[in-house]
Amino acid sequence: MLAKKLRRRTNLVAGTLIVVFMVLLAVCAPLLAPYHPIDDADLMVSEEPPGVEHWFGTDSQGRDVLSRVIYGARISLSVGLISQAMNSIIGIILGLTAGYFGRWWDDMVMGLTNIMLSIPSVVFALAIMAVLGPGLINVFIALGLTNWSYTCRITRSQVLFTRDLNYVKAAEAIGLSRARIMFTQILPNIVGPILVIATLGVAGAILMEAALSFLGLGTQPPTPSWGGMLAKAREQLFITPWISIFPGLAIFVTVLGLNLLGDGLRDILDPHSMSKQ
Amino acid sequence: MLAYTIRRLLQFIPTIIAITLLVFLLLNVLPGNAALMAGGKQRLSQEAQERLIEKWGLDQPLHVRYWNYVSGLVTGEMGKSYFTREDVGDMLAPRLWPTFKLALSALLIACILGIPLGFYSAMHQGSWVDSLTMVGAVSGVSMPQFWLGLLLMYLFSVKLGVLPTFGYGDGKVINLILPAFTLGVGYMALLARTTRAAVVEVLTQDYVRTARAKGLRPLLVNRKHVFRNTLVLLLTSAGLQFGSLIGETVVVETLFSWPGIGSLLVNSIFYRDIPVTQGCIVVIISAFLLINLIVDLLYAVIDPRIKYS
Repeated sequence: MLAKKLRRRTNLVAGTLIVVFMVLLAVCAPLLAPYHPIDDADLMVSEEPPGVEHWFGTDSQGRDVLSRVIYGARISLSVGLISQAMNSIIGIILGLTAGYFGRWWDDMVMGLTNIMLSIPSVVFALAIMAVLGPGLINVFIALGLTNWSYTCRITRSQVLFTRDLNYVKAAEAIGLSRARIMFTQILPNIVGPILVIATLGVAGAILMEAALSFLGLGTQPPTPSWGGMLAKAREQLFITPWISIFPGLAIFVTVLGLNLLGDGLRDILDPHSMSKQ
Repeated sequence: MLAYTIRRLLQFIPTIIAITLLVFLLLNVLPGNAALMAGGKQRLSQEAQERLIEKWGLDQPLHVRYWNYVSGLVTGEMGKSYFTREDVGDMLAPRLWPTFKLALSALLIACILGIPLGFYSAMHQGSWVDSLTMVGAVSGVSMPQFWLGLLLMYLFSVKLGVLPTFGYGDGKVINLILPAFTLGVGYMALLARTTRAAVVEVLTQDYVRTARAKGLRPLLVNRKHVFRNTLVLLLTSAGLQFGSLIGETVVVETLFSWPGIGSLLVNSIFYRDIPVTQGCIVVIISAFLLINLIVDLLYAVIDPRIKYS
């Protein structure tokens, strides 16, 4: 029975392990990285393939690829977490109020949400980057404004379902303010699905930051970002192919971990979808 | 059905207007005056800036500019590039076909491989094919596509030398293989996953059990009952997720130097050529909306139960 339970939770266990590992990597980067990701540029050892000195090799400026990949975890995870936090806040506030107040506000919010859903998110993020210009801070803003529509939609539908339950009616009867009802009565009870969306959203944001940086519009060199390293790798595919492997692998493993974690959380928090599988 | 089609087409118009407004506001209201940015790092003189502002019509009030833009769109005018003074429509037109070809090939690859895999996995739950497909599917969704493209490029062009690294190659099929596959893999993974989930759901339905109980041949049950009902579920989510494929063309086109709308969009952002950026975005979103419209109409063909009153 326990074995079966654990087997069913493979996603959750594997996902958690990977995510914890990546977070540790990011937090302890200065302790773990053998070299400084930017300053330790030694042209004498540039373009060296993976070896004993440099496990992942060096790039064209003689920087240690392993160290840059380790530091890159900081960029990716912070972009993922901060921009998804922005998305969640926007989505929760709009979804809660739309579902609870209804009427014209609901129509307006849902109209905007539907428009957002009909714009491919990469394209919307690119439009914002076009206005703000490249740079890490702008990536936070662009991605933080791009993906709130899913959170908004799920929050609203959950509120519609919860709004008429007895405990909300009771809270209204004893005269709690509407803001208080929304945030202390309704929100804690619908947090599960929102958390699932948020976990998958962090994965999406990390992929998007990598894509933007790869296009040259995101994090700018010499900041070690995985996507930016891959852009460099494309230019030097013939000379230093190893650079194209490790940053991509890092993105892949991180996003995979988050997706597995999200799927695992969904199985626990949303038993209905479990029965489907 | 005809009435529904017409109504659906009419709904299309306000959506398009709302989206052009959103894109226009986004690109024109937020800080970052195009003229100020035009010089790049070395700032233009006050006088030069003012000349540009006047030349580009940026001195007019916002609603006038929006009106000019939308009324231009209706007649097919999309404005002129800030830098080359070329007509945006003329710049976009030759790039439509390459992007369409790329997206369509990717879609075909994804459907031909993804749907049968998902179907087979659902029919053989717990088999090694199922496990492998599901691991592959979650990996495919988690993989940055440009990284996969980069690795494929290294393997097939640099190492084996059988496929060209990048470029359009005057439309030769051999140039299409790598970009189309790169673009298709993520969507294929999505399709395999969605198909499997849909089939698993359909298999639990009463009508499938009934069909089996009355002794219908399994193949017939699968084709007439399972597959047809799966398609309805599949079409909904596949249509919605098609937007991610369209978005990804931007990245894949840049990776493979593909002369499509996506690479033009990225270039125009680099040069802060707002009219071109605006044109590309409006074209991409319209294409996505059009696909959703087609998907909606396809429902009627696949699922005769749906009544369009």
